Amino acid sequence: MLRLHVVLILVLLASAISLVSAQHRSRSLHTQLEREHQRMRMLETEWGQLQIEQGTLAAHARISDLAETKLKMHAPARNQVIVLDSPEAVQ
Amino acid sequence: MKLAHNPLLAELLPAWRARAMLIVMMVLFGGLFVRAFWLQAVDNEFYQRKGEERFSKVLPTPASRGRVLDRNEQVLAMSTQVSAIVAEARPSRTEAKAKANPRDIGAEKLSAAQIRQLADLLDMDHREVARKIPEQRGRGYLKRQVAPDVAQRILALKLPGIRAEPEYRRYYPHGEVSAHVVGFTGMDDKGLEGIELAMNRPLTGQEGSRRVITDARRNVVEDVETLKPPRDGGDVRLAIDTRLQFLVHSRLKQAVGEHKARAGSAVVLDSRTGEVLALANWPTYNPNNRAQLSGPPLRNRAFTDTYEPGSTIKPFVAAMALDAGRYSFETPVDCTGKLHFGRYAIGDAHPHGVLSVAEVIQKSSNVGVAKIAAQFTPEEMWRVYDQVGFGSPLKLGFPGEAAGRLRNPAGWKPVEQATMSYGHGMSVTLMQMARAYLVFARDGDLIPLSLTRVDTPPINGLQVFSAQTAREVRRMLELAAGPGGTAPKAQIPGYRVAGKTGTAHKLEGGTYANKYIASFVGFAPVSDPRYIVAVMIDEPSNGMHYGGQVAAPVFSDIMNATLRATGVAPDAAMPPLQMARVSVPVKGVP
Repeated sequence: MLRLHVVLILVLLASAISLVSAQHRSRSLHTQLEREHQRMRMLETEWGQLQIEQGTLAAHARISDLAETKLKMHAPARNQVIVLDSPEAVQ
Repeated sequence: MKLAHNPLLAELLPAWRARAMLIVMMVLFGGLFVRAFWLQAVDNEFYQRKGEERFSKVLPTPASRGRVLDRNEQVLAMSTQVSAIVAEARPSRTEAKAKANPRDIGAEKLSAAQIRQLADLLDMDHREVARKIPEQRGRGYLKRQVAPDVAQRILALKLPGIRAEPEYRRYYPHGEVSAHVVGFTGMDDKGLEGIELAMNRPLTGQEGSRRVITDARRNVVEDVETLKPPRDGGDVRLAIDTRLQFLVHSRLKQAVGEHKARAGSAVVLDSRTGEVLALANWPTYNPNNRAQLSGPPLRNRAFTDTYEPGSTIKPFVAAMALDAGRYSFETPVDCTGKLHFGRYAIGDAHPHGVLSVAEVIQKSSNVGVAKIAAQFTPEEMWRVYDQVGFGSPLKLGFPGEAAGRLRNPAGWKPVEQATMSYGHGMSVTLMQMARAYLVFARDGDLIPLSLTRVDTPPINGLQVFSAQTAREVRRMLELAAGPGGTAPKAQIPGYRVAGKTGTAHKLEGGTYANKYIASFVGFAPVSDPRYIVAVMIDEPSNGMHYGGQVAAPVFSDIMNATLRATGVAPDAAMPPLQMARVSVPVKGVP
């Protein structure tokens, strides 16, 4: 009888301690998850900023402006256009 | 002094009194126990909640607004996280307590140096910062929409009561080029104009919430649980092609400047799908600059401003006449002299002789088209105008979309019917006019327009005219854009184009002023129409005001660029162009 009690008490103790540790683990895992979420949000923000930056840098207005002022380019006049008659298209 | 000397104590008290006292006290203790048990075990919610409130808090998890993309997934509008810098006053403490715990003084106790430091980072005046910090209680925004790196530097100062709250800011990489289509949002990220307003619901995200544990200084110590995950807003993919949009925008800007005009609009439609590929207005605005978001530049004129269309409406009268079988391509119409209605007379700027129906359109004779219209009842004419969409809004969900004016035919007098046949006494928006030309660019049917990308084009729309009629009107419109027509400047080498000019007097205070609206609507290539381009220039005042002089060259350039950018094969000979025959197939040459 006494042996059984001792065993049961030990089991109870083990279960109680594992409960505490499981709870602790769940807490810390959740914290970690939240931290990763935070990181994800930060990376998303950065990605968004990069997309905007790319969009701004690649905007047609900027490119045509740079081409005209910096590179001294211009669209070809109509009489400067040569149309290539590809044999493939004829077939 | 001995107690026994007190005569009162010498008297023995009855035993029941002590017992009664004991019972009363036990009952009271019992009450306390019951109450304590009640609070601990049964009704414990209230205090547990109160207790939790001291350390746990529910914070919102922000959700971002969806992006607006063009047809090739280029970003037109996008939100990115920024910060709002908030100053929060703690409940003010007594001097003694503040001395005992100097780290925990309220926000109102920021030193002058700290405020100056903060003001420098925020790029604000330090007096303004000091004024915005709440004195006793509550909180206030110091500055909103602060860039993330600046917010980081402010937080690094660890100033008491100064916090950063996440919020979003919307960026428009293409700025003024696509401003009228995309629109903009307000401070709270809600759509105020354009697609941002029209598609606000699918774009809006749903904020989530999470529970956190905070310390006494309200810093988040630990995330406990997610109550509701945030749901980001969906992306909206428009039909707009940013390449074309830029071409249209810059050509329109150039034309308005060149002709010293008040305003202008231009649209490009895909006649197969009904998609709006480009839509530009001038003046425009930069949606990234919140300071200037007001006034006339905000108007999306192609949708909201109505004008008297003038001659661009004539092909519809011709189509009505052909469709009824009462006229053919060649039927002669006597266009000599003037047409008299009581005290009104209708005439042509350049007098004509006897013209065929095709020539009436080609040379844009008011007399001719009014004579054709007179063969029909007002109801018949109204039906045609109504079917092609005049007088009713397009219902694309755009804010402020105008319906234009098309009066009930019961009240039309003969002179009014005559003026309406050449586009006066009624009004339309440029978008309506561009859409109506779908019936000629297609085989007589009308499909709905779409601002968003269409993957499966509608096959058949509302049949307004027969396919035969549409083909014949196409030929007339090709003549109008040809050497003997009103708009030879609309031509594009290598492609067959068709279109009609419009030059309308502007109505001012009920009378026609000497101000004009020059317009051109057309499509190409005629052999298999792909695109419709409509151009409208409001009050050109640099010597020229005819649609053929002002709007047709703009049409020509926009259409040329559109056809080349999308690789449509030329359908006409190109005399001015140099041809080169390639013996080896060249890759990438359309």
